[in-house]
Amino acid sequence: MAGKDTVKVKIEKVVKKYQGRSGEVVALNGVDLDIRENEFVCVVGPSGCGKSTLLNIIAGLQDATEGRVLVDGKEVEAPGRERGVVFQQYALFPWMTVRKNVEFGLKLQGMKGDELRATADKYIKMVDLEQFANAYPKELSGGMKQRVAIARAYAVNPQVLLMDEPFGALDAQTRTQLQTELIKTWEQEQKTCFFITHDVEEAIILAQRVVIMSARPGRIKEIVEINIPHPRTQETKMTKEFLDLKNYIWAQVYKEYLAIRK
Amino acid sequence: MAGNKKKKTSITLPHYMWLSLSIVLAIILWIAVSKSEGGSVMFADPWKVFQALIKKAGNGTLWPHIQISLFRVISGFSIAFAVSIPVAFLMAWYKPFRYLVEPWIQFIRNIPPLAYIPLIVLGSGVGEKSKVIVIFIAAFLTLVITIYQGVLNVDQTLIKAAKVLGANDRDIFFKIIIPASTPYILIGTRLGLSASLTTLIAAELTGASKGLGIMTQQASAMFERDVLLLGIILIGVLGITFEKIVKTLERKLTGWQEKIQ
Repeated sequence: MAGKDTVKVKIEKVVKKYQGRSGEVVALNGVDLDIRENEFVCVVGPSGCGKSTLLNIIAGLQDATEGRVLVDGKEVEAPGRERGVVFQQYALFPWMTVRKNVEFGLKLQGMKGDELRATADKYIKMVDLEQFANAYPKELSGGMKQRVAIARAYAVNPQVLLMDEPFGALDAQTRTQLQTELIKTWEQEQKTCFFITHDVEEAIILAQRVVIMSARPGRIKEIVEINIPHPRTQETKMTKEFLDLKNYIWAQVYKEYLAIRK
Repeated sequence: MAGNKKKKTSITLPHYMWLSLSIVLAIILWIAVSKSEGGSVMFADPWKVFQALIKKAGNGTLWPHIQISLFRVISGFSIAFAVSIPVAFLMAWYKPFRYLVEPWIQFIRNIPPLAYIPLIVLGSGVGEKSKVIVIFIAAFLTLVITIYQGVLNVDQTLIKAAKVLGANDRDIFFKIIIPASTPYILIGTRLGLSASLTTLIAAELTGASKGLGIMTQQASAMFERDVLLLGIILIGVLGITFEKIVKTLERKLTGWQEKIQ
């Protein structure tokens, strides 16, 4: 694979502080991380460890108080379409059909006519929603909505895909199904992925590296390499290798939960 | 019906049948009241009112009243609509502007128009101008508050989603904020039109030669009970027509909304 070891996203000493009701809150306290080209990185950690803040900073939706994020060596200053985002709350435009949602970013690039139609079709097909192309979001289930959001993010062909607990609001069965689909999609069309989750199993099945974050102030506690080969399926979750990793990572995350409760 | 364990009010009639039934019942009640001793002083019977309608429509004295009232409502409301949208957006986006303007909007909104109509007549005379101004004020205050709330309620995640797909501020305004606040703009329109109509009658009462308000006023003075009731009914018909038009627009424009059942 070309550029396998090229650093795609470089997070340098990122600190985020803001004014809370009871004084200054340090959400992120010096985060350093290199994400390689086409790597799938999952971030786990207790609530309030600054995972989402970190994602927003990479997306350019929030500014870092100190430090910086570089994508392809260029400092992130604002949102850009080379960094796609999938939100937990789907964030579909409710007044647009599935097709219009997927076309939204493409049209902003000036794409028109047959090319627009064909590109939208390709990504609607990728998430198996051809029959719902003309449906409005209100007619879709949560899982379908999130598939539209993934198609919309993929359609503009971002180089980095940032996902903020995208399956967090879904039931267990739909969640498993979407994980399988996301793995397949990533195996077909590789992208650099930064994926936040609460679910340790989900992190291991998807990622090449799992980043464990510590409780507030958020810092990287440990990075675990996941050397389970692709293609991965739900059966992968039964292997000893997987279970060992799960127990290990879970124990680390659990310590952080305890730290918060103290 | 299958498995009807609980029997609810199970007279199933199509909606228009209920409406017809309701109208028939109202007319029967109306006839009864108009024949009663106490009621006949106030209410002309339906047939007389209908005759008055035919007569006034036939000799061309009705239409000018309706026309001028419609003109006042529509011009006052349209100006209010055009002004309220930018003001509402400015209030939602620029806090200093909001803090300076909002208290006064709330203050004036709570004064019944009848109280300040004399003031406006003093400034602009009894002509069309003062009527349009009064309706403008009433519609504007209702519109601006509703639309401003709508803009504040636009889901921030949608704005973020648009930004990361490459939208600039202009795209976000026209493609996200405007459609996202359309439901509120339409609610504002409905409330604003209703406020316009209420205020119209009040404005016409303070002095006009034509208009539905003055028509009822004159009929009352001359004890023409049939024309009086006709005027009241026409004002009601006008109100419900506005409401229906806006509701149709709502269905067309905001059918995408998730409704709480």
